Amino acid sequence: MTARTGARIKGGVGESTYRSDGIPKVDGTFIYSSDMYMDRMLWGATLRSPHPRARITKLDIGPALAMTGVHAVLTDDDVPGRKTYGLEHPDQPVLGSESVEYWGQPIAVVAADDPEIARRAVDAIDVEYEVLTPLTDPIEAERLDSVFKRQRCRRGAEKRRGMVAVEGYYEVGMQDQAPLGPESGLAVPDGGGGVDLHIATQWTHIDHEQIVACLGLADDQVRIHHSGVGGAFGAREDVSLQIHLCLLALHTGRPVKMVYSRSESFVGHVHRHPALLWYRHEADADGVLRRVEARIVLDGGAFHSTSSSVLSNAVYHAAGPYRCDSVSVEGVAVKTNNPPCGAMRGFGAVQSCFGYEAQMDKLADAIGMDRIEFRIRNALQRGDPLATTGQVIETSMPAVELLERVRGMPLPEEGASEDPRLLPGGTGLTTPGASVRRGVGYALGLKNLCFSEGFDDYSEARVCITPFGVEVHTAAVEVGQGLGMILTQIARTVLGIEDVVVYYDDTSKIGSAGGTSASRQTQMTGGAVLEAAKMAREIALTRGNGDELDDAGVWRGGELVTPMSELVGGKPIEYHIRFHHPPTEQPDENGQGNLHVDFAVAVHRAVVDVDQELGLFRVVQIDTVQDVGFMINPRSVVGQIEGGVMQGVGLATLEEIVIEKGVIKNPTFTDYLLPTFLDAPRIEVQVVEERGAFGPFGAKGVGEPPTVSSTAAVVAAIRDATGLELNRTPVRPEHVALAPVQAGRHP
Amino acid sequence: MRIHAEVNGEAREFETKGSESLLFVLADQLGLPGAKGACEQGECGSCSVMLDGRLVCSCLVMAVDVDGSEIVTVEGLGRSGLHPVQKALVDSGAVQCGFCTPGFVVAAAALLDENPVPSSDEIREALSGNICRCTGYGAILRGLDSLAGNR
Ligand code: FES
Ligand code: FES
Repeated sequence: MTARTGARIKGGVGESTYRSDGIPKVDGTFIYSSDMYMDRMLWGATLRSPHPRARITKLDIGPALAMTGVHAVLTDDDVPGRKTYGLEHPDQPVLGSESVEYWGQPIAVVAADDPEIARRAVDAIDVEYEVLTPLTDPIEAERLDSVFKRQRCRRGAEKRRGMVAVEGYYEVGMQDQAPLGPESGLAVPDGGGGVDLHIATQWTHIDHEQIVACLGLADDQVRIHHSGVGGAFGAREDVSLQIHLCLLALHTGRPVKMVYSRSESFVGHVHRHPALLWYRHEADADGVLRRVEARIVLDGGAFHSTSSSVLSNAVYHAAGPYRCDSVSVEGVAVKTNNPPCGAMRGFGAVQSCFGYEAQMDKLADAIGMDRIEFRIRNALQRGDPLATTGQVIETSMPAVELLERVRGMPLPEEGASEDPRLLPGGTGLTTPGASVRRGVGYALGLKNLCFSEGFDDYSEARVCITPFGVEVHTAAVEVGQGLGMILTQIARTVLGIEDVVVYYDDTSKIGSAGGTSASRQTQMTGGAVLEAAKMAREIALTRGNGDELDDAGVWRGGELVTPMSELVGGKPIEYHIRFHHPPTEQPDENGQGNLHVDFAVAVHRAVVDVDQELGLFRVVQIDTVQDVGFMINPRSVVGQIEGGVMQGVGLATLEEIVIEKGVIKNPTFTDYLLPTFLDAPRIEVQVVEERGAFGPFGAKGVGEPPTVSSTAAVVAAIRDATGLELNRTPVRPEHVALAPVQAGRHP
Repeated sequence: MRIHAEVNGEAREFETKGSESLLFVLADQLGLPGAKGACEQGECGSCSVMLDGRLVCSCLVMAVDVDGSEIVTVEGLGRSGLHPVQKALVDSGAVQCGFCTPGFVVAAAALLDENPVPSSDEIREALSGNICRCTGYGAILRGLDSLAGNR
């Protein structure tokens, strides 16, 4: 009889195991949604509005339909069910009919034999517009009461005032998620009036809900399959081409594939909300924060998407991870004819952090206190109420430890290098090393984890023990973050069985796992797998009449009593669960309540070299300490942090969708610049592991916190090097070289 | 038009209308979807392949122009077991969504062919035409540094 080794399971939690999609992704065999292929497949293309606001006076599809190789041209008339869709409010037309409200809004879709014919057919559609003046100024929109939502947080006595006060206006530009994989999918009619959609998305079940409503089909006639996703970052939360593809497939009776070009992708998904912020902070002369007042205006663009939730989040996070008993924050998300905005990594918390962290520096300077010391003095701790909502933080809140740790991390060597690759502007530009000044900036950020405000947040999972190993079934979407590996590690640890395979089921086979968003999947689907695996283990021990389980089977008192073949040979063990996180509340009229289930904090220290005369800068290093709960996979945690920091660096230094009168001026990677290898700072990562509220093994989500405060830290460092106020992000060379020209207005 | 080329060591032929890029034809007609199209403008490097020994963006090469050429794609690099670059990137955790990865694999393999022991800064410079949105480049650099014996 085999003896139990008692060794810890290989590849369990806490280990940097390898992901099962690693090899197919390096050898080129991994299939993304844009790689799917079927015989007799048609290609789709979309007619989009060339105006940000217009009435459609003529729409004749005849010339396009007459073309050889064109199989369908569909408009609003062909949408059989609800004519509009939307994540939280269905206000966006599937296809614009009488009018269009933003540049690039879809009006008609085409299916043809190949992509080129499809594009030519789009051009052949005869459409005429009466062009109207777009509403593009968010302040004007608020004045006209063109508003998606207003949200306030009021707490404490208004007259509780500090001796020292600082005010500031801040502005955040519109950032694009720019996942490298473009929007793409393949819809396959099932021959019985239904359809299967293979799609890169972030939440198959929420897509399903919107698709069946617009197609006017029963739930079981549409199945959404999660296919290979080339990054997401919020860009795939809203429906883009999902409904269009299903319409075309059902209409033609053939599989239809669509892949957006990069320029189309820029109008095909929502963006990070541009923000105007005004802040007033007051403190006592000894450095205790006494009052925070803020006004936040987010431009939601033409349709609702998640603007309401992003606004609420911006407001709830408006004071950051700091204690304060007297707070008044007013926020508004306005409707304009700019491109629609919605989810992006950080979800509203990024915008407020840019404001409150600049204020914390100003206030520390005004008091004459060290900036880190001032933060430590006011940092939120376990047992404190959140300044905005009043929710008492009952789980880990290691903000003070983060600040102390980052202060102690070694700074890079002083003095700019003479290697042009390491100078601001790089090899193509002419900064002499001598004119470079180095700046250092800090920022501390707060992010809620999982869905909030009373939303019924749950994830379903099924764990099966079979003679061939363990199957984990979920509808959660792997967008590249490594979820499959996390779930595998959790199942292995609980069951003691190494052979675990994760199956991403379609929407007909299992219930919702919720979105891959709000940094929630490790906690939610991880939590579901943990609980389901524990129950499966209990069943196995009872069935096998023992006290331990591993690959060999069930053991009792160190002896194998029921081998695996016997345990599950006749009937696999299966446990299905719907896992909920502890409930949250809806806010009262003053934005008060226990709205969030868990939080994470992160701190960033940026070191930036600046050539002020030329307005050039280079981010040399970012040191960060993040509150992660527990690292299920350390290598993957570091990867999330490095990637998240970089998107924050992008927003600080390069990334902005430039809009003129409602039209995007830079919808390409030639003009919308992403950080390259040479722009990448060295990133030093440390973590604090203190158990979170409910995640498996104490884990907290790690995806968003790195993006919340890295932008603020980089801009603080450029301020430090130049002495300029720099109240707008991204910082442009002209803001530095042509100072004191300052952007920003009273919102 | 009928085009003949040697792709990953095999003689292949395909039909093109003349307007298609090499990137499109590789996936659509040759069953090689490894090279990825993220911008189709020569800005991101995700479509990198070797064309007659030169590193090119296959989105910028017209399919008609490759007649008689030798092409190596990411699928061709790993034909006899994983290429060292492929292994290094898996080991260092450089793969997240992976959409940039085939481009990095081909470009890094080309760099190492020319310069087997590049410094970290040489690696960063050589790969500055390849964009990765997920990793922040840290894990990619660690993987390639270990291959080049840096640090
Ligand atoms: S797809 Fe060719 S360079 Fe981006
Ligand atoms: S791993 Fe996603 S773009 Fe590089």
